[in-house]
Amino acid sequence: MTEMVLASGDKFVAPGVADFFLPPIFGSVTKPMVLLVLSILIIGAFFIAASRNLKLIPGKFQFAAESVYDFGRNNIAREQIGAKDFKPFIPLILTIFCFILVNNLFGLIPLVQFPTMSHIGFPLAVSLLVVYPVYHFVGFKRHGFVGYLKHQTVPPGAPWFVLPLLIPIEFFQKFILNPLTLAIRVFAAMFAGHLLLLVFTLAGEFLLLNGGLTVIVAPVSFAFAIALTFLEALIMCLQAYIFALLSASYIGMALAEEH
Amino acid sequence: MYDILILAAEEKHNPVVPQIAEVILGLIAFLLLFFVIKKFVSPRFEALYAERTAKIEGGIEKAEQAQAEAQRTLEQYKEQLAEARAEAARIRDDARAEGLQIIEELREQAQAESARIVAQGQHQLDAQRAQIIAELRADLGRTAVELASKVVGESLEDEARRRGTVDRFLNELDAVAAPANK
Repeated sequence: MTEMVLASGDKFVAPGVADFFLPPIFGSVTKPMVLLVLSILIIGAFFIAASRNLKLIPGKFQFAAESVYDFGRNNIAREQIGAKDFKPFIPLILTIFCFILVNNLFGLIPLVQFPTMSHIGFPLAVSLLVVYPVYHFVGFKRHGFVGYLKHQTVPPGAPWFVLPLLIPIEFFQKFILNPLTLAIRVFAAMFAGHLLLLVFTLAGEFLLLNGGLTVIVAPVSFAFAIALTFLEALIMCLQAYIFALLSASYIGMALAEEH
Repeated sequence: MYDILILAAEEKHNPVVPQIAEVILGLIAFLLLFFVIKKFVSPRFEALYAERTAKIEGGIEKAEQAQAEAQRTLEQYKEQLAEARAEAARIRDDARAEGLQIIEELREQAQAESARIVAQGQHQLDAQRAQIIAELRADLGRTAVELASKVVGESLEDEARRRGTVDRFLNELDAVAAPANK
């Protein structure tokens, strides 16, 4: 990067954190905030429209909506929570999946091109303020206060002498780490991915406009940007899936009778 | 330069530190979406799935019923067929037995008849023989007497003596012939 900058003779401003905090559009409303509101409008409208007139034999549109719904319902919620308890959590898991997915995909939509989840506040709101209280609440409700603490911190089959070590670790993981890692995982992936795309796109542009002979490597940079875009598309879907999957998994573990 | 940029940015924003406004907005937006999906979307989909399941299960149940019905009918037919077969076999056996019995009866009748005919014939023969013997005896007596009177030249008038002589002679003849007859 530095060499390229030197070779061009002009100053290349590498993209950084500042690119994630653009000036507000109006008042104190920023781009991710607008996108976030847009995302819930899109998802809400999609599902409301799809579920307005459901038929036993689905049409194309209904089939698409059903595929998304079924993915959240069967592949994530039922798999992780179990066929006995998963029903009440379907809306939650589906909402998480769609919410994260659409906000991630904003990073690829032309003109929008900003993954909302690269601002840690948003995934943190979902993980720390929604998933975390939900799974502990249902756990306490199912097993009682002491029962749930024991259920979560004492792995069955562990020999008694490792328990002094295991209990603090398990407690730390279940009650402090889980919601944070859940949020950080998607945030970091989106942040890094967007930064990578920025680097290659801006470098390509810079090479094209300001370079002398370096113009010839500009297409390489753009090609990388395009390749990374595909990779990003995969990661965005994957992160949404992982977020929903882990949320369901935490709920499932909290509800599980015995490990 | 890169470091400076980051440092400069960090003075305003640290990407790892959440902005409270975003957290609150994120939560509100999420809960709104969750409310919409829980209130309107999920129940409709679940109702649809329940209906679909019911329909499929109903179809399966109906098919099972039809199958059971068919099975039952088949059993019935098989039973009837077996019954008919048994009946036919029984009838055949009966017929055979009856036939045998009839043949036996006929044979007995025929034997009895033949025996009767034979006996009758025998009887008739005996009667005829007796008659012939009686006739012959009378004839023979008379002829012998005639012959004797011609030979002797005199009439044997004494009837009693004549009859005695002839009878004695015939008896002698019988005694000679009887062992040979037997």
